[in-house]
Amino acid sequence: MTATALASDTARPSGAHPVSGKRRARPARIVLHVFLAVSALAWLVPMLWAIYTSLRPYSETQSKGYLSLPSTLNFQNYIDAWNQSGMPHYFWNTVMIAVPAVILTLLLSSFVAFTVTQYNLKINLLLLMIFTAGNLLPQQVIITPLYRLYLLIGLPSGLSDSGKMYDTIFGLVVIHVAFQSGFCTFVLSNYMKTIPTGLREAAVVDGATVWQIYSRIILPLLKPAVAALATLLSIWIYNDFFWAIVLISDGNKMPITSALANLSGTFFTNDNLVAAGALLTAVPTLLVYFLLQRQFVSGLTLGAEKG
Amino acid sequence: MTVGTSADAVETGRAADLPRAPGRLRRLTGRDRTVLTLMTGVPTALMVVFVWVPALASILLSFTSWDGIGVDSIKWIGLRNYQQIFTIYPSFWPAVEHNVLWLVVLAAIPTPFGLFLAYQLDKKIRFSRFYQGAFFLPVMVSSAVIGFVWELIYNPDHGLINSLFHTNNPNGTYLDWVGNPKLNIWAVLVAASWRHAGYMMILYLAGLKSVDPSLKDAAAVDGANEWQAFRHVVFPALRPINVVVAVVTVIEALRAFDIVYVFNKGEHGTELLSILITQNIIGEASRIGYGSALAVILLVVSLAAIIPYLIVTFRKERST
Repeated sequence: MTATALASDTARPSGAHPVSGKRRARPARIVLHVFLAVSALAWLVPMLWAIYTSLRPYSETQSKGYLSLPSTLNFQNYIDAWNQSGMPHYFWNTVMIAVPAVILTLLLSSFVAFTVTQYNLKINLLLLMIFTAGNLLPQQVIITPLYRLYLLIGLPSGLSDSGKMYDTIFGLVVIHVAFQSGFCTFVLSNYMKTIPTGLREAAVVDGATVWQIYSRIILPLLKPAVAALATLLSIWIYNDFFWAIVLISDGNKMPITSALANLSGTFFTNDNLVAAGALLTAVPTLLVYFLLQRQFVSGLTLGAEKG
Repeated sequence: MTVGTSADAVETGRAADLPRAPGRLRRLTGRDRTVLTLMTGVPTALMVVFVWVPALASILLSFTSWDGIGVDSIKWIGLRNYQQIFTIYPSFWPAVEHNVLWLVVLAAIPTPFGLFLAYQLDKKIRFSRFYQGAFFLPVMVSSAVIGFVWELIYNPDHGLINSLFHTNNPNGTYLDWVGNPKLNIWAVLVAASWRHAGYMMILYLAGLKSVDPSLKDAAAVDGANEWQAFRHVVFPALRPINVVVAVVTVIEALRAFDIVYVFNKGEHGTELLSILITQNIIGEASRIGYGSALAVILLVVSLAAIIPYLIVTFRKERST
């Protein structure tokens, strides 16, 4: 499975040594393969154990112990976890948070990256530093005043039940956008530097406005970087646990990843259900892992390679 | 913000740098300037208001005592929060110790291991994709889910480890991986390392792709063995990625939160600075000044990693 998902992952453009499938196996190579195979399997054990646990009925693990051969394997724990705990609702919350957050982050970051790479402003370096450093701060450094700030900022009743930014999905979108735009601005501006300036200059000569240059010339060229970042951001925002734990008080508004902590113990009362619930939560990330891993990795390394 | 006032500095971009006929140096129209100011101003305002203002506010609030009810109850108390944290707050030094331990372990074990994996897998060996996929899986799954997955391994009564080694006998050997303060920090560090190694592998794989293969060939021609070639040729060429790896590792150690919070809420042996900050703002006792002082300590340590990184990253920028 993994092999096919990664099929195009390691294609190296040039300079790679051609390896024929039938090279003489040297002892060192065999040792390496044994080592890698054992390590890779060991790496999979925690997830495999969770899958195994999730497929067994609780009653059976009670009588035979968790470390035992199965007589029944089924998806009942998944069905129960899904139906009893209101998981669909939390998934929907995540969609409501992640979709606008990803779109807005990319849009705003591309604006800033566009300005700092295409226009020679005195504050460009300062701007880039504000964004790059902002993303590196641990979330907990800003959370205490942010929490107070969210209690102070008023919102119209359409966006908030209490009239405050605290405890709203809107508030979560805002902090995701603000926090993630640092990384995206850094990556996109590195990417945009590779765009020849001649393109823009020609457009300027033709009398194009700033907005036209951004939307018709630069933005279309950003597609690969935007696709990679969109994948990465979706996963990061989906996986984020912390913001909602502090900035949401109503359990019903939690995104799925944060809701998981509340659900275990209240709905997921045994390890089999916990395993099923945790794995259900991981399903969207695992889909991306199998289908879009290349995008994710290139998003992750776009920022690192040029750093 | 600052963006508005500096709109005068807007020139027709790179054209200004090039020796060209002065006629080409058209200034931007007023409308273009407004558009550009908005495009930069709105995201910058968001970043400043929701990230940097809170970061700076942490510093101010750390010198006060505030229960969070009404602005009048804010009292300036100078360094008293810090004094209390350093002297009588029982969880503080253990938390610092655990954050340092977290960093040391990540830097000493999964980071070199990730480099080792990347170096081996970069050789285009067979099954490379399977190996990469296995090591990379934990990087994509959320830390919260990872906390639950490892709970199934560590559960003292029926977790995988204790079932396997029969160390779950309450009357005999009973290894409480979750509750025992001598064991639990190591248990979560294994889970954190499990995740970190794959992350480092991917970063180093990207770094290795940019190492000129002819360098290695030249080293081999000169009779260097594999270790010498790695030590003297490949590793020095990885310097740019090493900077990124160092920053990522430090920041990950400071950010550590989710796995521990899910595992045992960060109590009895797994205290971390991030956990203490959170405990001081949510829950029954809201001690804003105290939490802020802890946040400032975390901020100062983070900046010790962030500032050198910014200098290294943007020095090139200036010179180009």
